[in-house]
Amino acid sequence: MKNGVGVAQNIVLFGGTSEIGQAILKRVVKPGVAHLVLVSRDIDTAADMSQSLINEHPDLEVHHVRYDASDSESIVHVVNEVVDAVGDIDVAILAQGILNEGHDYYADPAGLVSMADVNFTGKMVLMYSLAARMRTQGYGKMVLLSSVAGERVRKGNPAYGATKAGIDGFALALDHELDGSGASVLVVRPGFVTTKMTAGMSKAPFSTDAESVAKIVEKGIASNSKVVWAPGILQYMFLVLKNLPIAIWRRLPL
Amino acid sequence: MTLQRLSGWGRTAWTVADVISTNDPQSIRDAVNGANDRGVIARGLGRSYGAAAQNAGGRVIEMANESDPLGIDADLDPVSGILEVGAGVSIDSILRMCVPRGWFIPVTPGTRFVTVGGAISSDVHGKNHHIDGSFGQHVRSMTVLLANGEIVDLSPENNPAWFWATVGGMGLTGIILRATIAMLPIESSKVRVETERLANFEAVCEAMSSDGADDDYRYSVCWVDLLATGSSMGRGVLTRGDHASASEVDSDDPCAYDPRLNVSAPGWVPNGLLNKFSIKVFNEAWYRKAPSKRHVGIESIPAFFHPLDGVNKWNRLYGSQGFIQYQFIVPLERTDVLRKVIETFSAAGVGSFLAVLKRMGPQNLAPMSFPTEGWTLTLDIAAGIKGLAELLAKVDSMVLDAGGRHYLAKDSHVSPLAVRRGYPRLEEWMNVQREMDPSGVWRSDLARRLGLVEPRRS
Repeated sequence: MKNGVGVAQNIVLFGGTSEIGQAILKRVVKPGVAHLVLVSRDIDTAADMSQSLINEHPDLEVHHVRYDASDSESIVHVVNEVVDAVGDIDVAILAQGILNEGHDYYADPAGLVSMADVNFTGKMVLMYSLAARMRTQGYGKMVLLSSVAGERVRKGNPAYGATKAGIDGFALALDHELDGSGASVLVVRPGFVTTKMTAGMSKAPFSTDAESVAKIVEKGIASNSKVVWAPGILQYMFLVLKNLPIAIWRRLPL
Repeated sequence: MTLQRLSGWGRTAWTVADVISTNDPQSIRDAVNGANDRGVIARGLGRSYGAAAQNAGGRVIEMANESDPLGIDADLDPVSGILEVGAGVSIDSILRMCVPRGWFIPVTPGTRFVTVGGAISSDVHGKNHHIDGSFGQHVRSMTVLLANGEIVDLSPENNPAWFWATVGGMGLTGIILRATIAMLPIESSKVRVETERLANFEAVCEAMSSDGADDDYRYSVCWVDLLATGSSMGRGVLTRGDHASASEVDSDDPCAYDPRLNVSAPGWVPNGLLNKFSIKVFNEAWYRKAPSKRHVGIESIPAFFHPLDGVNKWNRLYGSQGFIQYQFIVPLERTDVLRKVIETFSAAGVGSFLAVLKRMGPQNLAPMSFPTEGWTLTLDIAAGIKGLAELLAKVDSMVLDAGGRHYLAKDSHVSPLAVRRGYPRLEEWMNVQREMDPSGVWRSDLARRLGLVEPRRS
């Protein structure tokens, strides 16, 4: 659980190589954190990325767990493995995701299955597994990295937007369902974030970086928010964008 | 199942547990038997500041029985002053019953809203620690429910190991059901109090050192202004006193006792109301209010012992983010560390509405009892302050390096290692704890965080 100054003892990052995920760790790992678990497909890269954090916190016990975010058996197993290693999961950051911008899904429609598995189906499996554990614990926080892309799905990468829309809706309703159990979900809706995942793409308006998103997430956890936007102004922009008539929406240069 | 969110008095670190309210031994036994593998902890009036009386995902048994229709579950021997009392009874109830009959609780913390069970488990201390020691030293015997359902009588004579492991044992050895306490005879319900303003930290330490005559007073404590800087750094107001004799009180009924709750703090206080600016203003006023020359007066029990109890639910004054109370002790000769800690907080701009310094007497026989010969400093800090975790980690190291320790009943954040360093008899206590609870039934959020009990995978 959290201690009296808001520091969680055991933190797990799913998607250990995610830049936003690692940036969040830099914010939430403080004196008082006992265990950090990095769950990823590529353990070596995850370890490299978290090296400076580990140097800063010599008392921190770091665990690496390998998994495949698109395989539901592997996901269920991994939650048990983490619990065996550290006990309670106090904060779980869910940062794994596939964007595949520019991929020709007209030529490779079957490729959508793996995207949906990682971004949507696998995450639901993971969140239900975590929710079951956190209910038992009487405490726990899941931090889901959603995206404004799910707010109003647009052309260009409709499948990505649709998976984000799906998981965002799922997470909010799951949080509602967990009401009173001590477990809860924070949904994070960043806009365009400059990372290696978006390298080479043209920046959208109000783009941000991983550090800024992390700062907002830290605040959101502390204030027990349900949803945070990064940057915050996107909340009001999307209030408008979401409700525009289709004819106008389609003419916007987004 | 009655799931309920619980926190300590500091209103931080809320977790959910299955809460059962009862103080009937058979019902408690059933509740313990029916608990899941996240275990059980007893809870009194929830006055410990951190996570000592909560148990995330497990069961919490609420023992306080303040509204018992049968009256106070206590029996006072008018000749010997021995009080036989249920563990869920508060010091408030005990004082209402006993003060008019000429008996006082031998040790009271800064609030009278603690139960007897909680007072023993935390081995609470008061302003008289340098003379009378802590609460456990006045307990003659207690009845404890063990995890296996057995009920045992423990006293310092018949089973010293289990008795002293339960004193200061944070509820992790069993559920205290009843206790007998040796009360203190008093002639009046008033206290003769000497108040003295002290211009800086050196003056405070000097006045409270034993050659400064602290030992001539049963009660002694000093309020310290943590935000004062320069030559007035650590200035304070020292209050010392003893129970007034009947002749000092101008009344037909010198033991008349009528504590009242004056006002309640509202539920809507914004975060940050108590900040370094508002506290600075308060501190200045509080310091100026004290007489510059030594002054002797007569005060009531609530005014002297329980000033904060005058405001019901005062813990809400810190807003929704809550607050922590930081209390540590360092050996007598380490006033340099006290000074360094005060300077560190002051430099970080961390004000404390309530900062209290006290010189403690020798440690008792309980391995996990907090007080030991030295200086204890206590401060309230708003939990939402930026960088607090890092700041406290720094201060923790200063305290531990000086051979000091932290008070578990107030702990919010220390590391498992900090407890191991601060309490050299932890290992010995853990062995007795395992003997009393081999299957690991008793656990709390505090115990889990600090590794006070063996980890159990569920």
